[in-house]
Amino acid sequence: MQPISNAHLPEDELAIPEWQRAHASAAPVAHSVWGTAIRFTILTAILLGLAYPFLVTGMAQALFPHQANGSLILKNGQVIGSSLIAQSFTSAQYFHPRPSAAGNGYDATSSGGSNLAQSNAKLAQRMQGDIDKIAAANGGKPVPIDMVTTSGSGLDPDITPDAAYYQAARVARARGMSVEAVRALIAAHITQRSLGILGEPRVNVLELNLALDDLAK
Amino acid sequence: MHSPIVTIAALALSVLLCGYLVLTLLFPEKFGLFSIVLLLFVKPVGLYLARVMEGERTWLSPVLRPVERLIYKLCGVQAEAEMNWRQYAFALLGFSAVTMVFTYAIERLQQYLPWNPQHLGAVGPDLAFNTAASFTTNTNWQFYGGESTMSYFTQMMGLATHNFWSAAAGIVVAIALIRGIKRTTSATIGNFWVDMTRTLLYVLVPLSVISALILVWQGVPQNMNAYTAAHTLEHTTQTIAQGPVASQEAIKELGTNGGGFFNANSAHPYENPTPATNFLEMWLIFLIGAGLTYTLGTMTGSKGHGWAVYAAMYILFAVGFTVCYWAEAHPYKVIHSAVQTQTATAPGGNMEGKEVRFGISDSALFSTVTTDASCGAVNSMFDSFTPLGGMVPLSNIMAGEIIFGGVGSGMYGMLIFVVLAVFIAGLMVGRTPEYLGKKIEAYDVKMAMLYALIFAFIILVFSAIFVLRPAGLTAMANPGPHGFTEVLYAFVSGAGNNGSAFAGLGTNWWYNIAMGFDMLIGRFLMMIPVLALAGNLAQKKTIPPSPGTFPVNTPLFTVLLIGVIIIVGALTFFPALSLGPILEHLLLRAGHLF
Repeated sequence: MQPISNAHLPEDELAIPEWQRAHASAAPVAHSVWGTAIRFTILTAILLGLAYPFLVTGMAQALFPHQANGSLILKNGQVIGSSLIAQSFTSAQYFHPRPSAAGNGYDATSSGGSNLAQSNAKLAQRMQGDIDKIAAANGGKPVPIDMVTTSGSGLDPDITPDAAYYQAARVARARGMSVEAVRALIAAHITQRSLGILGEPRVNVLELNLALDDLAK
Repeated sequence: MHSPIVTIAALALSVLLCGYLVLTLLFPEKFGLFSIVLLLFVKPVGLYLARVMEGERTWLSPVLRPVERLIYKLCGVQAEAEMNWRQYAFALLGFSAVTMVFTYAIERLQQYLPWNPQHLGAVGPDLAFNTAASFTTNTNWQFYGGESTMSYFTQMMGLATHNFWSAAAGIVVAIALIRGIKRTTSATIGNFWVDMTRTLLYVLVPLSVISALILVWQGVPQNMNAYTAAHTLEHTTQTIAQGPVASQEAIKELGTNGGGFFNANSAHPYENPTPATNFLEMWLIFLIGAGLTYTLGTMTGSKGHGWAVYAAMYILFAVGFTVCYWAEAHPYKVIHSAVQTQTATAPGGNMEGKEVRFGISDSALFSTVTTDASCGAVNSMFDSFTPLGGMVPLSNIMAGEIIFGGVGSGMYGMLIFVVLAVFIAGLMVGRTPEYLGKKIEAYDVKMAMLYALIFAFIILVFSAIFVLRPAGLTAMANPGPHGFTEVLYAFVSGAGNNGSAFAGLGTNWWYNIAMGFDMLIGRFLMMIPVLALAGNLAQKKTIPPSPGTFPVNTPLFTVLLIGVIIIVGALTFFPALSLGPILEHLLLRAGHLF
């Protein structure tokens, strides 16, 4: 492309301030702005709204089909969930995820947080209620904070290693396993920080529960 | 020459430097790594942008040049014809109007259009207007949940397209202003269509394709399937929403748009599945904004000036992150018998609205980045932040989103503050202010002040009206001063074209319409003074620097610039802040709940 050359104005016209100069155009723009705008919109919409996403879809499906389709987990040919999406667990023999504010809980078509303020009495009441309930069902107080706070998405698939160990005794009792075996399973499922730097250590609840079921077989 | 001032500036800088060192010692890993990676890309990105915008050849030219020529031909663009600032502004406004109508129509007609596997119905007229305004203005405020409102076609054609268009529009305005500074006695500032085409083809599309594929690799879905029905281990059914997420996610961050595919935005594990994607997304948000400081330096021939602006941005970024991190790691004791201290195996702190994989520090860093820029993607819920933690995103936007800022908009916003800083320095020494060889005169300062005043005016007037009207009050999700902060944040976020939210705030017809205008005014009415300034600077003659010229490439300038930003940008809003987060903080500290 040719370098764009600066158009120069005659000296006398420079004496007039720019805002008083009516259409001080050096190069007339012949065509209509609206016509160009409409044509540019349609053309680039096809490029950006169709060609781009379908190009990415094609490449993604070819290169990373598992991830591109939502990291779904299949069991006996049936989808039982996604390793990235929290699902509800209530029975004592499974590890429980964090509480969820997505829809009526773990609704993967209605993600979101509680949006309760720190100064809202409802939040303190809810958390205190959950602390007492969880403490009674598990190993008493204090309770790991992630077990009584809803996540930003309501679909947080992870809990902290502390929260997993906290539930180990309950799960072991319900399954008739030794606490050591359950703790060893947790230790094997901890994901450390990436590069030892990014993120936080965590345990994927669904994967841990699937591993528990596999042990039982 | 200015020995006492230089000493003071050096002292101030060393204090800031010490603060930074303490910071990196506290968490060397996250903040330090992010800072280094950010810095490494400033020069290559800035140089590449300058080459693209100057119309030079790049390594992508053999492939893209024919496409570029084809677009000019089909659209009737005379690529060699340059525009004055009025023509440039008119083309920008005309194009934006057409794209806004385009998106409104798609939203209203989505039930008749393809790729709607969930059979989602038409979007209501007020919400469709709000959303069209939101995406046209690079705000991406969302009064809807994506997965329950928008079809795949609407997401791709109606919304993701705007992520490209509005980002490119921001970049070209910044480039036009830089050209205005650079050129002498020129009537023109470039060709809008050429600038748009080159930005889209050479910068935004290639980077988006690469980033989208990295995101998919890490777990972001990219498919056109209907939502999946899963039969869970406890024998219930869970419907899992998916879609073409990665392609939208990449440009959402790169273009500092921030509109989530899903309601939970980048907190959603499908939008941001791993700490690696979190890092990539933060990096993409800052990439072009940081690079533009080098573009400014190289295009105006004063690289030192580019780095002085970069330093001001970086220092403000570091301060914001420190406050936000500290506040979120030390929540108030409103509950007992829960572990809120940080350990090696638990992040502790205020985890309400945060994801375990990000914990406190990655959440605080993302929140600072997304509001320093005009992105507005969130990986944690600001509404549940501590009052002071939530005040950081709010203040970042109030400062004008010039801390790296939105793509382009951050640069031209910062240059407005540069003009004001130079003007104030001129007043202090009693000389006509100069900026890179251009005299800064009454007209230029008027345009700069117009920019600053429009922003404050729309935010404060809209917020005042809505906290006095029933329609404004009923939408609040939280009682007490926090409810006020929700309303204030909405209008700040809209006018600043950020799009992040204290998301508890509900919506109604009044909010849809008022927020729509808040965003449109905050974008286009503020762009016009910028282009007028560009046009006026372009036609000026260059004067050689004299001993009285205030240099704009020194640490002293950086300190002065930060001072002006804090005084002009933040203090305008201090009374409003004191009614919201500051009051809430003081009451909460005294144990007062609402």
